Amino acid sequence: MSGILGKKIGMTSVFDENGVCVPCTVIEAGPCYVTQIRTKEKDGYTAVQLGFDEKPERLVNKSLKGHFSKANTKALRLLKEFRNVDSASLAIGAEVKVDVFAKGDKVSVTAKSKGKGFQGVVRRHHFRGVGLQTHGQSDRVRAPGSIGASSYPSRVFKGTRMAGRMGFANVTIRNLTVIQVILESNLLLIKGSIPGAINTYVEITK
Amino acid sequence: MDKIKLVEAAQLKTGLPAFKAGDTINVHVRVVEGDKERIQQFQGVVIGTRGSGIGATFRVRKISDGVGVERIFPLHSPRIAKIEKVKSGSVRRSKLYYLRNLAAKQIRQKTGV
Repeated sequence: MSGILGKKIGMTSVFDENGVCVPCTVIEAGPCYVTQIRTKEKDGYTAVQLGFDEKPERLVNKSLKGHFSKANTKALRLLKEFRNVDSASLAIGAEVKVDVFAKGDKVSVTAKSKGKGFQGVVRRHHFRGVGLQTHGQSDRVRAPGSIGASSYPSRVFKGTRMAGRMGFANVTIRNLTVIQVILESNLLLIKGSIPGAINTYVEITK
Repeated sequence: MDKIKLVEAAQLKTGLPAFKAGDTINVHVRVVEGDKERIQQFQGVVIGTRGSGIGATFRVRKISDGVGVERIFPLHSPRIAKIEKVKSGSVRRSKLYYLRNLAAKQIRQKTGV
């Protein structure tokens, strides 16, 4: 298994070998640096910590400065641990580039989805509303309906779907196909759409 | 956006003839039948172009056996072998959807051919 961190650039389309127009998302993936390797003996679990997106030295606090100097890497904006990445072939400070993926690979992409604000149940949970617009009814078109029984249980069950904040949650989409890997410019083309707005950080794992 | 252009650049065709709405063009389309490939021609009036980059398309209308036929082609599709400009027209609109309601003679007059 391999993983990398990246940034969503936007969407475009490419023509495949049959001349079919395929929609795809462009991700700027890597170069990432191994900043730490978690081991069973020391940390109780195994993982590889990758860092992505250089930032100026002046923005780094002392504790992180020490962390980066230990790994002998530049200052990085994003640090993430990958639990299942094979750490045997990686050393601290090693560079991870997009060539960990190849054309045709099936990957999972995790990112923070676009925030939608406070939304009602129709938009948030695909409820169908309650009533009609006519026949003397009002305010029932996008209503949630009953949220539970009365005297028993005399409370609303936890997890009942209601209106509230929607989006801005970690979303993973699995089984996305890699269409193209452009190593020189660190770009990865993935078929279809991925969660999040443009410039969102994304985690890609195989 | 520059990185998207970088991705698209490899697939963009060069040397396409400049054509616009009102022009008559002949599009050579690659048609795959089984394991054979042949060229099919589609000649008609361009009634509109839209989009930029890899997503650019154009719309061609012709009258085939008395029936109006319109096709939308992706400009940079590898299935298009060649585009020939047959005649240039002179029109005052960028989208010529009104040609659908005109007779053949009126179309000739409108596109200034």
